[in-house]
Amino acid sequence: MKKVILRQSTSRQQLLSVAFLFSFTFLCFSQDTPQQDSTSQAMENQAAAADASTASTAQVGAGDATAGKELFNTLCASCHKPYSNSVGPALNGITERHDNDWIYKWIHNSAELIASGDAEAKAVYAEWNQTAMPAFPQLSESDIDNILAYVEQPKPQAPTAVAGSGIGEGSGAGGGVSMNIILGILIFVLVLLLLVLFLVNKTLRNFASASGIVIPEKPKRKPLYKSFVENQFLVLTSSIFVLLAVGYFAYGWTMQVGVDKGYQPIQPIHYSHRIHAGDNEIECKYCHSSARTSKTSGIPSLNVCMNCHKAIAEVAPETATEDYSKEFYDKEIAKLYNATGWDPASRTYSGEEKPVKWVRIHNLPDFAYFNHSQHVSVAGIQCQECHGPIEEMEVVYQNAPLTMGWCINCHRETNIRIEGNEYYEKIHEELSKKYGVEELTAAQMGGLECGKCHY
Amino acid sequence: MRSLFHKTIALLLFAVMVTSCHDKDSPNYQYMPDMYEPVSYEAYGEYTVFENGQEAKLPVENSIPRGWMPYEYQNNPQDAAAAKSGLTNPLAYTEDNLNEGKQLYTIYCAICHGDKGDGKGKLVEREKILGVPSYNDAGRAITEGSVYHVMYYGLNNMGSYASQTTIEERWQIDHYVMSLKNSLDGAPEREFEKETAKTQLLPSRADADIYKEGEDVDQGQSGANTRATEENQTETQE
Repeated sequence: MKKVILRQSTSRQQLLSVAFLFSFTFLCFSQDTPQQDSTSQAMENQAAAADASTASTAQVGAGDATAGKELFNTLCASCHKPYSNSVGPALNGITERHDNDWIYKWIHNSAELIASGDAEAKAVYAEWNQTAMPAFPQLSESDIDNILAYVEQPKPQAPTAVAGSGIGEGSGAGGGVSMNIILGILIFVLVLLLLVLFLVNKTLRNFASASGIVIPEKPKRKPLYKSFVENQFLVLTSSIFVLLAVGYFAYGWTMQVGVDKGYQPIQPIHYSHRIHAGDNEIECKYCHSSARTSKTSGIPSLNVCMNCHKAIAEVAPETATEDYSKEFYDKEIAKLYNATGWDPASRTYSGEEKPVKWVRIHNLPDFAYFNHSQHVSVAGIQCQECHGPIEEMEVVYQNAPLTMGWCINCHRETNIRIEGNEYYEKIHEELSKKYGVEELTAAQMGGLECGKCHY
Repeated sequence: MRSLFHKTIALLLFAVMVTSCHDKDSPNYQYMPDMYEPVSYEAYGEYTVFENGQEAKLPVENSIPRGWMPYEYQNNPQDAAAAKSGLTNPLAYTEDNLNEGKQLYTIYCAICHGDKGDGKGKLVEREKILGVPSYNDAGRAITEGSVYHVMYYGLNNMGSYASQTTIEERWQIDHYVMSLKNSLDGAPEREFEKETAKTQLLPSRADADIYKEGEDVDQGQSGANTRATEENQTETQE
């Protein structure tokens, strides 16, 4: 039997494929472990923070701060914050500025106190732009004590700040770094493997030449292309095949001209639909209110943003993701304030407004008529039907191709909503009879007529 | 071996070229886009002819959209008190109006005020916005007029909803808010009223209604009639 040195090529392939397989299993596991780590770490952090807050609660004594927090959140928090000025003054330190009896009177009915000519009350009223605080006759004095106990807690600055940033950055950086490290190690191992194989090959060749074994040269064969050209049948069938393939791909290429599916421009303000429509479940029509009543869904004017963002100047630490930090989101809210001229410190509009140049994503040319209200209000179609999983999009992209074929396909498949539409009852009945169907599709209502959309 | 190496590099380069041509940030190329590009100015477009480059403009000062009525009360504490005591809902308390109001309430109000009006909406539960009172809050003691006034101008942290809703829609929401307050108070449900000519006077949706009444009286002088109807509407609003 002949001594063959270069037999290991198959075994080498096997080895490589095994290494390849292992690299994948490593990848799978690597995704799990760091996240678990970070979540458990986050939970520990939260637990620590909770401990700290309960400890500080116990220190205050006097009223019950936990009961006070609930009262504060439901009744006071719309205008007051414990540690910073809002519509009304910051409440931390209020017991030093005013005595308790005065505070009871003020909370029970501030308007009466001002009208009675109390100098202290008048001064406060004047200082805060004559904003009347509503009366809270339902609060007993012990309730007020509880609220005061809550707002007089020392600001839990250091511990919560550290815990908060720890949660945000720990999970983000931890996940990213470990992934990168593992990828790097894998690449390194692969490179090492290649190097070893190359060296083994080389030394074996050296051995071979040293021990005088001649490595058999491969005999020159007839080139493949020559034998291919000589076979006319093969040339004919393959050229037909190539032509068909070229035609297929050329057709595919021409059909995508002018189709913007997947278009995902960067907007001037990073507005996340994931946070607003997804996490907070705000109705689409809250902001796109004109989708109910008009042709366009409209870009919400900034006063709609300010309906909520007057109260929300920064995002919660848990809103931040691996890709977008809390600082990033806070900066985007600051951009909104800059555009509207809102000064969060003094809570006033400066009057200096700057237009926000949103980039339009869905562009339907003027020769095609589309009406949002017809689809949203009359047909009752969900926004997601055309716009895709908008509540999961951090950055919005165009989900549908917006081609005529796409429109017509939906018109053929969608049944129209007849309930509560007495005005058209007769027409619906007649059409159902004509087509012999129970439920009419939009196409049968004339949804395929050219003039319906092109006129 | 060597040639395979070269092939891999070539393939990689090709793949990079193909993928780099596809750019998500810019729209796809178009073939002969004559009809794709609008001749007219597009809504929200940017054109140099406009001041500030903005196509979107505010209406001329003191102009009034057709079918819209100015709101009599100003945004100050005195007028708020006046609206609270004096302003009532001109719409009839019908099932249709209430259902319409419920739908709108779910879109615009429930996110903070909660589906039941108890001030525990999704945003409050998630502690994004705090201090939303329940509708049966004793200190506030809301009325039809005060609810409408707050929807129109906003109050404290609540913004104005005048840009998202029409006059009619706000009064429909108003009905629903008062019915929520009723059920929070545990009071018996209010009975539905019948739609009368007087309660249909609201303009918002609108031109159609104005024309209808104009035709009823005299077809020739629709202009004068419209004005008469509008005066009528002012009266019912007050």
